[in-house]
Amino acid sequence: MLKFRKYFYTLSVVLVLSSIASLAIFGLNFGTDFNGGSIMEVRFQEERPGHNSVKSALADFELGEIIVQNADENGIILRFREVNPTLHQGILNKIETLGVLEEQRFESIGPAIGEETKRKALWSIGLVLITILIYVAWAFRKISFPLRSWTYGVVALIALFHDVLIAVGIFAALGYFMNIEVGIPFVAAILTILGYSVNDTIVVFDRIRENILTKASDFNFGELINKSLAQTYVRSLNTSLTTFFVLFAIFMLGGATIKYFVLTLIIGVAVGTYSSIFLASPLLFSWYLVQFKKSEKSS
Amino acid sequence: MVFIPSRAFGFLKFFIWPKESRRRYRTAIFAVFLVALLAANLDSPKYWNGFADWINPKLDAVDMPEPIRRLDKWEVLKKADDIIALPHFWNLPFSQGLDLQGGIHLIYKADLSNITHQDHGDAMNGLRDVIERRVNLFGVREPKVLVQEASGEYRLLVELAGITDFNEAIQLIGQTPYLEFKEERPKDEQKRLLREVLDEDQEGVTDAQLEGICSTINPQFLLIIQESGKEDPCFKVTGLTGQYLKEASVQFDPNTNQPTISLQLDDEGSKLFEQITARNVDKPLAIYLDKVLRSAPRVQEKIVGGKAQITGFDIKQAKQIARDLNAGALPVPITLISQQSIGAALGEESLRESLRAGILGIIAVVAFMIILYRLSGLLAVISLAVYLSLLLAILKLVPVTLTLPGIAGLILSIGMAVDANVLVFERLREEFQRKKEDEEDFLFILNRAYGRAWNSIRDGNISTLLTCTILFWFSTSFIKGFALTLGIGVVVSMFSAMIVTRYLMRLVGEGRLRKKEWLWIR
Repeated sequence: MLKFRKYFYTLSVVLVLSSIASLAIFGLNFGTDFNGGSIMEVRFQEERPGHNSVKSALADFELGEIIVQNADENGIILRFREVNPTLHQGILNKIETLGVLEEQRFESIGPAIGEETKRKALWSIGLVLITILIYVAWAFRKISFPLRSWTYGVVALIALFHDVLIAVGIFAALGYFMNIEVGIPFVAAILTILGYSVNDTIVVFDRIRENILTKASDFNFGELINKSLAQTYVRSLNTSLTTFFVLFAIFMLGGATIKYFVLTLIIGVAVGTYSSIFLASPLLFSWYLVQFKKSEKSS
Repeated sequence: MVFIPSRAFGFLKFFIWPKESRRRYRTAIFAVFLVALLAANLDSPKYWNGFADWINPKLDAVDMPEPIRRLDKWEVLKKADDIIALPHFWNLPFSQGLDLQGGIHLIYKADLSNITHQDHGDAMNGLRDVIERRVNLFGVREPKVLVQEASGEYRLLVELAGITDFNEAIQLIGQTPYLEFKEERPKDEQKRLLREVLDEDQEGVTDAQLEGICSTINPQFLLIIQESGKEDPCFKVTGLTGQYLKEASVQFDPNTNQPTISLQLDDEGSKLFEQITARNVDKPLAIYLDKVLRSAPRVQEKIVGGKAQITGFDIKQAKQIARDLNAGALPVPITLISQQSIGAALGEESLRESLRAGILGIIAVVAFMIILYRLSGLLAVISLAVYLSLLLAILKLVPVTLTLPGIAGLILSIGMAVDANVLVFERLREEFQRKKEDEEDFLFILNRAYGRAWNSIRDGNISTLLTCTILFWFSTSFIKGFALTLGIGVVVSMFSAMIVTRYLMRLVGEGRLRKKEWLWIR
């Protein structure tokens, strides 16, 4: 299978590039968790009013840009700038003149907190990546041939970056077209994907390590990797499938509030499985080849 | 290679376990099932309770048999007979997060610019106490009021679960404290109101006792009465409140050197005060702050000029109260910087749908396991049931606050629990393919499979655990629940896969079934 690695690399590069492009073009649709602002979700007892009537009702409040979305059957979601409780009550009262309603939820977050959340999110993602690198390097310390132990860590990291970039890129596109927000749950999902994907990658590397340790003579790294992959891909697929069953069920039938959280997880698990088998292992081989050629040239 | 299980059991082996290996496994499995059964009942006591309710009347109806009744000891035994009844199982509900039961989550920024650096901690604690007292008036089961320090500023975090009127809550929390002057009620009225309150609880309180209550006043008692919605029995409202206060300061009595709180009322307030003190000479004048009776000094004479003094505090309390009154009662001014309120309805719906979906997903997984891995798969499914009941019980006992993402994490961890089993089974398949004829013992192969698989399981799960730890540190209570659930799930899943499934397989595999390879793998 390693002979097809050029195709896999191409696919990965294409995906990553388009994700970066997606990020650049669509940008991430940061929600109130990161930017501050307010979200108000109300459910009307009877028919919900049109978006324009809502916006004109709120015109006097000077809320700046108001985004109105439909939710479920009779609900609407409004987004505007941060407001204090008095103003919030005023807004609620005004909208109530359009019809009997019940407020389902309301969030108003100041910009300071938003900034902080952004910082914390970046920090934690960075921290997870570093910790994983260290752990993998340590777990594979017994091997120094044919690749140094930290190489495994670096390759695992590359696979992770690849996974996260693609997930984020897809989300940027979704955010633009379907107006899905990026908030704290999204960051949590990304961190989960990191943990899960590395789990997968390690299982494959583990098999490679075991095969290296048991084979003494007649060493052919390429063959060894191929064999390891053949031995583990069934397990990888089965595990991902079982996780998929459950996640998919929740996504299709589950509650509206965690739909997109679960969607992120699904995308992440899919890409993570792909990267463990088709990206990480071929990368090891390519690294080995490069190293080999270098040492040949020097001798 | 599999060092963790054997080390733990090596220790136990020494003390309790029978030497025969088959009995050892049976005992272990039996113990695990027993715990799982207990756990399952903790998770959902309604089945046990339903059974208890059904059987208890039957037990009552049963009498001791004839021969025993004839013994002299019948009385004692009869008592025993009455006592024998099945008790209800401990009903420990899940700790639900804000997004499941509804509630509000507020973050206030405290303005400490007027307070010296070393007093910061005290000021924040004072602030927390005041707010906590106000919050308690809502009767929320577990209110959370916490001081936080972040980005160089001090914050107060308030979380109230299960409230419905959000705006009322927010207003009450940020409000200035209520100063009231009250005058004594006529004795008859006092007794009447006290009787109204007390007669509900006790019978036959004498007049003398009633008089005693209002003369040696217990502020806690009065507070409780007011909080339960009844009128203050000892004092009545005069209309003179904190809105008439111009300034409060701490002075020292020149004679006794005791600290006193000196109140200066504005013009209108002074006039009112004059009238009130005039008609209350030689009677106590009660001063209330946030519905708590603070002081009831005796009025010596009519007071002109709106100056009043409250004594009976030490210097620290005096300073605090003066500060409260001046700042409008909060020791530190606060501004609301973040507010999240969630209605319960949204959470409940989401929860129901997600649980239903989760169950469907699990059914798919069960089918998958049995089809692919046959008997091994079936055993893994049983072990998963044990896993689930243990996990839920742990979540209840710790307790871990369940949020919607937390439930998603729980369901995800089931997938990971399956993963560990899959790893072992694939290994088992390999080992079977590799063995030479009927040479090697099934149990031997099983051991080898587990041994080899353990490394992958351990490494993979540790990286997930590392991620959970960082997630836990980073986030708000919403995601903390997710991290904790996933983390605990991963740990328990390792136990269930490495120990429970394995022991089950050993038990079942020791009989005739071990020869039939097709039962175990495909």
